[in-house]
Amino acid sequence: MAKVLMKGNEAIGAAAMEAGCKYFFGYPITPQSELPEYMSRELPKAGGIFLQAESELAAINMVYGAAGSGVRVMTSSSSPGISLKQEGISYIAGAELPCLIVNIMRGGPGLGSIQPSQTDYFQATRGGGNGDYRLVVLAPANVQELVDLIIEGFDIADQYRNPVMILGDGMIGQMMEPVEFKAPKKRELPEKDWATTGTGGKRKPNIINSLYLQPEDLEEHNIRLQQKYNDIKKNEIKVESYNLEEADVVIAAYGTTSRIAKTAISQLEKEGYKVGLIRPITLWPYPYDEFEKINDNCKGILTVEMNSGQMLDDVKIAVKGKYPVYFHSRTGGMIPTPNEIIEKVKKIYGGEI
Amino acid sequence: MIINDKRLRIIVGHYGSGKTEFSVNYAIKLAEKGKKVALGDLDIVNLYFRSREKTEELKKLGVKVISSSIKGSGVDIPAISAEIITPMQDKTYEAVLDVGGDPAGARTLGRYFQYFVEGQYDMFFVLNANRPETQTVAKSIEYMKKIEYTARAKVTGIINNTHMLKSTTIDDVLMGQELVEKISEKTDIPVKYVVALEDVARELPSNLEGEIFPIKLYMREEWMV
Repeated sequence: MAKVLMKGNEAIGAAAMEAGCKYFFGYPITPQSELPEYMSRELPKAGGIFLQAESELAAINMVYGAAGSGVRVMTSSSSPGISLKQEGISYIAGAELPCLIVNIMRGGPGLGSIQPSQTDYFQATRGGGNGDYRLVVLAPANVQELVDLIIEGFDIADQYRNPVMILGDGMIGQMMEPVEFKAPKKRELPEKDWATTGTGGKRKPNIINSLYLQPEDLEEHNIRLQQKYNDIKKNEIKVESYNLEEADVVIAAYGTTSRIAKTAISQLEKEGYKVGLIRPITLWPYPYDEFEKINDNCKGILTVEMNSGQMLDDVKIAVKGKYPVYFHSRTGGMIPTPNEIIEKVKKIYGGEI
Repeated sequence: MIINDKRLRIIVGHYGSGKTEFSVNYAIKLAEKGKKVALGDLDIVNLYFRSREKTEELKKLGVKVISSSIKGSGVDIPAISAEIITPMQDKTYEAVLDVGGDPAGARTLGRYFQYFVEGQYDMFFVLNANRPETQTVAKSIEYMKKIEYTARAKVTGIINNTHMLKSTTIDDVLMGQELVEKISEKTDIPVKYVVALEDVARELPSNLEGEIFPIKLYMREEWMV
């Protein structure tokens, strides 16, 4: 298929269908409503089901049910709507079901605004629901990567029987960019022999559940979950980095802000500054080890986010106090400009902060 | 020539076809010719990348932007200021109406039906052949008809706005040109403008149907592709 221009939200729908997703349950909310709109138009044509639930709570529990039957299923929302889905997400993680959850983030807290933000980093990577669970969290920086991660995300979910979250900001959802649809690298996906598809009288019923009546059993379940999360940490980390061997300042940023950082870096290079970049593509598992590659003479790490400092914690964990960690942010739906970042980098260079 | 177009210009099209970038450029060109220009932002279906975001910049360039009476880019309310009537009634204005995408976006036009008298307005259908929904003659005409039906007004000109953002090539424009010329032949609606970034526009052949319309990108930030 040749390149076409698509809006992020439409591209999510097209990519999910490309990955064999036949079921979508959701509830509209700006700035991601083009996605349910796209699915409502396109899924029935492909023999799938689009259902606008009566609420986010209902939608995520429909996802729980569909995922339990082994089909590829997706839901999407934006920040406040994802908050409503947290209980269901915890249940899905507990019952070890594969599904894709898309969060196109807007400003918060509360109803906040409809403009872009990255304020749900904590919620996505630390778990907004209860219990010791993890989501695989993927943070695309452009519409092409969004498409690629959606398609691969379904495979990751199936491989580990784990929910996968796509964490994009409103800008990624609303932005129009060229995309093409490519098959992901082939994975060996296990049979879904756990799915509740009917016994046909030939086997014992499969049970989808997150409730354990014996603490010993639940402990064992939790130990197994942690082993699975360790496998994911070992196998699934994705990160893009640039010039870590030479850089005097390294910028850490993901999603839209990483693109603004890149624009700032190329401008700074023209002026003779040496600036590197670490762009986590998986926010969980986090690419802590990538920071080990930064040269010893680096003056500091500048984290740039559209929140008040959330990934900042992971950067601090990663550098283990070896370098000073600085922060630049805009919040409330405001977007940092390349110039703001340039100024901050120059200040770090000059020892002014 | 844009000054020969009807005083009331309505810009419609598939969402993501580039209506806003075209409208903003068109309004600025009118202002540069010394006209009194109002740009009506009638987009209530899309909340990012609307012409109202550039109200201040456009004011400096001599274009008055009229949008919602409720200020704030975070306002998710389908409201349009009553002031939008001014450029429709006041004939000293040259008006450009930047309408929301798709038939759903064109629904706002129904309210102003009385001002769309045949022969006194132009309605331009902006088309980008790199958008999946408008890549064939049949699908594009279907879109155009649906928009006309909802708007209760007729398309009077087709705008070839086929692009790939900042990486647009001559081939993109010419591919779109082939499509719009076929649509034009089938519908008897003329191709009015062939839109392209200034660098690309300079390289275009001169035998194209429609006037070459070089644009600058006002809505894309420097870090965007």
